[in-house]
Amino acid sequence: MFSRIGQAMKGAMLLDFAGALGLGLKYMARPKATVIYPHERNPQSPRFRGEHALRRYPNGEERCIACKLCEAICPAQAITIEAEPREDGSRRTTRYDIDMVKCIYCGLCQEACPVDAIVEGPNTEFAVETRDELYYDKAKLLDNGDRWEREIAKNLELDAPYR
Amino acid sequence: MTFWTTPIGWTLLTVGQILLVTVVLLLTVAFLIYGDRKIFAGVQMRKGPNVVGPFGLLQSFADLGKFLIKELVVPAGADKFVFLLAPLISVTLALGSWAAMPLAPGWVISNINVGILYLFAVSSMGVYGIIMGGWASNSKYPFLGALRSAAQMVSYEVSIGFVIITVVLLSGSLNLTTITEKQAGGFWNWNIFGGAGLHNLPLAIVMIPMGVIFFISGLAETNRPPFDLPEAESELVAGYAIEYGSTPYMLFYLAETANIILMSGLMAILFLGGWQAPFPTAGLTAHWPLTLISLFGLFWLVLKTFFVFFMNAMVRAVVPRYRYDQLMRLGWKVFLPTSLVAVALVAGWRVYAPVIG
Repeated sequence: MFSRIGQAMKGAMLLDFAGALGLGLKYMARPKATVIYPHERNPQSPRFRGEHALRRYPNGEERCIACKLCEAICPAQAITIEAEPREDGSRRTTRYDIDMVKCIYCGLCQEACPVDAIVEGPNTEFAVETRDELYYDKAKLLDNGDRWEREIAKNLELDAPYR
Repeated sequence: MTFWTTPIGWTLLTVGQILLVTVVLLLTVAFLIYGDRKIFAGVQMRKGPNVVGPFGLLQSFADLGKFLIKELVVPAGADKFVFLLAPLISVTLALGSWAAMPLAPGWVISNINVGILYLFAVSSMGVYGIIMGGWASNSKYPFLGALRSAAQMVSYEVSIGFVIITVVLLSGSLNLTTITEKQAGGFWNWNIFGGAGLHNLPLAIVMIPMGVIFFISGLAETNRPPFDLPEAESELVAGYAIEYGSTPYMLFYLAETANIILMSGLMAILFLGGWQAPFPTAGLTAHWPLTLISLFGLFWLVLKTFFVFFMNAMVRAVVPRYRYDQLMRLGWKVFLPTSLVAVALVAGWRVYAPVIG
């Protein structure tokens, strides 16, 4: 009974509202949490798993030796590899496709690769307008590798002590 | 007999005044929508609109452009005439209410003796726009939103009416200019502190709650959070406005914001002294030119209106939405009896107070 009356009095005096108003004003004076995205970015871990890339050695030779470990471990079965010996006798892929729609970005391909050929780079901005553009082939992946090599190499180096 | 007192001159003058008030009002609406969003963002530690123009000040105009160039879609099942008429009614009534608002000493388009009654009637009509919009959409959520809005606006108009009666009892006039003039000479003469004269100060115990009730009822009347049930997005998606897009939607939005400013201005005029400064100005403005005195008055009215609007925006940011039965309980079981008792108390005070102000 008395608690109900007390509650009613508290409501009538707008105590709850006054408290909320004070809190609102307090939060208004605080520094903003907003990150103005295209101009500012949140920090990114070196282990970040973004868009895939196929790397090359510094002399321009592609790293991938077509061992198909990534294809075997891929839980989403997003990777398709076909391989043949090249003219000089080395074993190379003739086809290296990743279905980026199937991919779950788990990073297991990167873990499995014995020569650090397939890696997940820091790039997240590869939105496209059609599904077909998300079926990456070898040329696209190598191109990614060339474009992001500097960041990828730096991230691998930063992460090396923990592997 | 100058040109401006002939019928033609008078018509031209009035049309000019109406255009001026409308244009200034629309600009105010644009910037207050921006301010509202900034305040809302500030409470949530966001930055709010900050891209279009300096500090994002032109955001509302970008939105306006977006709404205007969008395609106008009328649903197949809708009553096309009523569907398009509804936002027009809303915006006409919202802008029409401003005819009776005294903006500064002598600055009022139509200084009618039943100013409050006119405002009350026109703002009550505002529910028609929403009901017609909800009904003509021929869809379920808009219909529910319209029903809610009708019940809500009717409920809260009752208590708003009683609150206005207490103010009218204090001022002894329905003319908004007279009501404002009676509150001259300092903040202790404002109606929220019991009206003109220090001997009325005990009435503040009644009038401050009345001011709060008017403010809250104004929130419900303009479908503002925490009473935005007609357009509650978690329940009705967007209520009566679901089937609207493009320009008609913008008109609804415009009408809503114009109504919010109207309610803020009405609160300022009825309770916070309108264009009266919060201190005695008789000595200060004695030798000022008339225009300067008017601008001085306009400054105070705008300041008070913006203050009420700021509170309005803060309420939107900090108070969670009411459930529908709570809304009805608050309107009928709390505000109505309280304001009824207040009318009796104020009337009794006016009759039995030793000195009548």
